[in-house]
Amino acid sequence: MNFKLSDAHAMLQKVAREFAEKEVAPLAAELDLTGEFPRETFEKMAKCGFTGIGTPIEYGGSGADDLAKAVVVTEIARKCAATAATLSIHSIFPSVIMKFGTEEQKAKYLPLCADGGKLSAFALTEPNAGSDAGAVKTMAILEGDEYVLNGTKCFISGGGQAEYLIIFALTDPAKGLKGLSAIIVERGTPGFSIGKIEEKMGIRASETVELIFDNCRVPKENLVGKEGKGFNIAMTALDGARIGVAAQALGIAEEALDEAVKYMKERVQFGKPLTALQGLNWYIAEMATKVEAAKWMVYNAAFLKQSGQPFTKEAAMAKLYASETAMFVTNLSLQIHGGYGYMKDYPLERMLRDAKITEIYEGTSEIHKVVIARAVLG
Amino acid sequence: MKIIVCVKQVPDTNEVRINQETGTLIRDGVPSIINPDDKNAIEGALALKDIHGGHVTVLSMGPPQAKEALKEALAMGADEAVLLSDRAFAGSDTWATSTILAAAIEAIGGYDIIFCGRQAIDGDTAQVGPETAEFLNIPQVTYAKHIKAVGDRVQITRYTEYGDYVIEAKMPLLLTAIKELNEPRFPSVRGIFKAYSTDDVKVWTLDDLKIDMTQIGLKGSPTNVFRSFVPVKEKNSLIIEGQNGKEKAAALINKLTDLKLV
Ligand SMILES: Cc1cc2nc3c(=O)[nH]c(=O)nc-3n(C[C@H](O)[C@H](O)[C@H](O)COP(=O)(O)OP(=O)(O)OC[C@H]3O[C@@H](n4cnc5c(N)ncnc54)[C@H](O)[C@@H]3O)c2cc1C
Repeated sequence: MNFKLSDAHAMLQKVAREFAEKEVAPLAAELDLTGEFPRETFEKMAKCGFTGIGTPIEYGGSGADDLAKAVVVTEIARKCAATAATLSIHSIFPSVIMKFGTEEQKAKYLPLCADGGKLSAFALTEPNAGSDAGAVKTMAILEGDEYVLNGTKCFISGGGQAEYLIIFALTDPAKGLKGLSAIIVERGTPGFSIGKIEEKMGIRASETVELIFDNCRVPKENLVGKEGKGFNIAMTALDGARIGVAAQALGIAEEALDEAVKYMKERVQFGKPLTALQGLNWYIAEMATKVEAAKWMVYNAAFLKQSGQPFTKEAAMAKLYASETAMFVTNLSLQIHGGYGYMKDYPLERMLRDAKITEIYEGTSEIHKVVIARAVLG
Repeated sequence: MKIIVCVKQVPDTNEVRINQETGTLIRDGVPSIINPDDKNAIEGALALKDIHGGHVTVLSMGPPQAKEALKEALAMGADEAVLLSDRAFAGSDTWATSTILAAAIEAIGGYDIIFCGRQAIDGDTAQVGPETAEFLNIPQVTYAKHIKAVGDRVQITRYTEYGDYVIEAKMPLLLTAIKELNEPRFPSVRGIFKAYSTDDVKVWTLDDLKIDMTQIGLKGSPTNVFRSFVPVKEKNSLIIEGQNGKEKAAALINKLTDLKLV
């Protein structure tokens, strides 16, 4: 047992930290105000190979492993949760193609997603299918050589900017869940349009949109895996993606803790820095302990996944715990900052708003408890 | 084009504290980094390679842990790395260091350009580059802020506080880079994992070099440091008072004239 990042992972962490400080941090507050997609930053992340982590080198990727992905997402999230969310969610599509796609699909899509700077998205949720992902109503009916898509997806991250999307739709509505399939849709396909663009509380630069399919025709080669395997593919994808959300939460929590420590050393009240106040020191002790625990849970889930062991339970635990930690730590860090924490001159109010999403998307905390309980009770 | 870049691993002086009693750096727990100007030198070399093709070797003299800096340079895109590490090299000043670097560069051979950073943040001498060029007996252009290779020559914009010089020199030559030269690239993920998957940093010791022992190490170093100390920070600010801007400006002029500064 060796609780230490390898030299390569440590170097990657250092590089990602430098990248985040130089390329991500200066934009974070502005992106939060404008809600603009940081395309330039995304392209820079592609150049460094961050978007290609997990995609094998022969498909234009960076190689590397799940721990590398978690380390990078964490470092980016420290400075801008929205940018980290974009990176993390983008990586779902290539991982699905890698695992379930045909050789043609891999050759076509992986290089563009890995280091080609093309964004991708994952579209499962519908107005009536949130936690109950099996209630999807969007249809994809085979007509000749094409699937014809009809329906609406909602709350899709990056759906408006993504070049490629993986859509979960019923190819055989009579079979219900067993008729669900995964299909690739490319941006600009006739019959596919963007509906409502959501105004939201946090991760504002990660755009969340509605997707509308109105007789949208895609070639039947766009089917990923077999017909009827959609639910299985979606759940497998979300298993892995949970580690990404946990890493986002970890990054937010780490940064909020560091901000609290810095502020307590600087801020003087009653003639002494805040560090002289035991009540606040206890906050720091609790925050630091949770951050430490969350970190090892994230690393452990990533390690289990990349070494081919079962990881569903551990990934769910890491996501549940890290996201609760992000809420706990940003809330207390803001509290330690007093009135200043409530102001936009400091990053805490943004971080608190950003942290909240990690308890909701890619499965709510409650759903994660369902998953964990099922695994524990057997 | 064959380029050799000399790099030094230094403590990150942003995080360094000084022992007020001994005047020495407290290095414990301070992260090591590639000397910032040297990073510009690496980028300069890689940018030339991007345009003209070729081969970039990074060369460092230092203790075994300086391998880290070389791995980072490999991850940025350098092709080959050589670490010069031997107890006999310890305590070398700029003369001894450039003697060793020049010997290693001769051993590598066949180079077109030697790149160094302007100066190291832990010593600030800016001597190693120029001295190395002297030992190699090749032209040197320091403070390069722009470079362009044309045929067998390099055009360099050399930055000085009096103005820029545009200089052309024939290869082989030695250049020292300043931060204005470029924006160093980030090492890529692929580069990082490649650099660590193989142990491709060559380590050379004294035995690998043709070198005059009397010119290196602590004994071969003509520089003696008698004492190092932290200058006492004095804050002698003077606030110029006056009714309005005009009055304050007049008072300022008087003061500067008194001090014979204008
Ligand atoms: C900013 C943002 C980005 C998103 N991005 C994407 C995306 O890119 N792709 C995508 O497909 N989806 C995306 N989503 C959708 C997200 O995954 C869902 O919102 C989430 O799964 C919850 O579904 P819901 O909103 O319908 O809530 P509901 O499922 O209606 O949940 C309501 C409440 O009931 C609880 N609940 C529901 N079922 C149970 C149960 N069985 N046991 C206990 N409690 C339960 C929930 O935990 C919650 O508290 C995004 C959402 C947001 C807000």
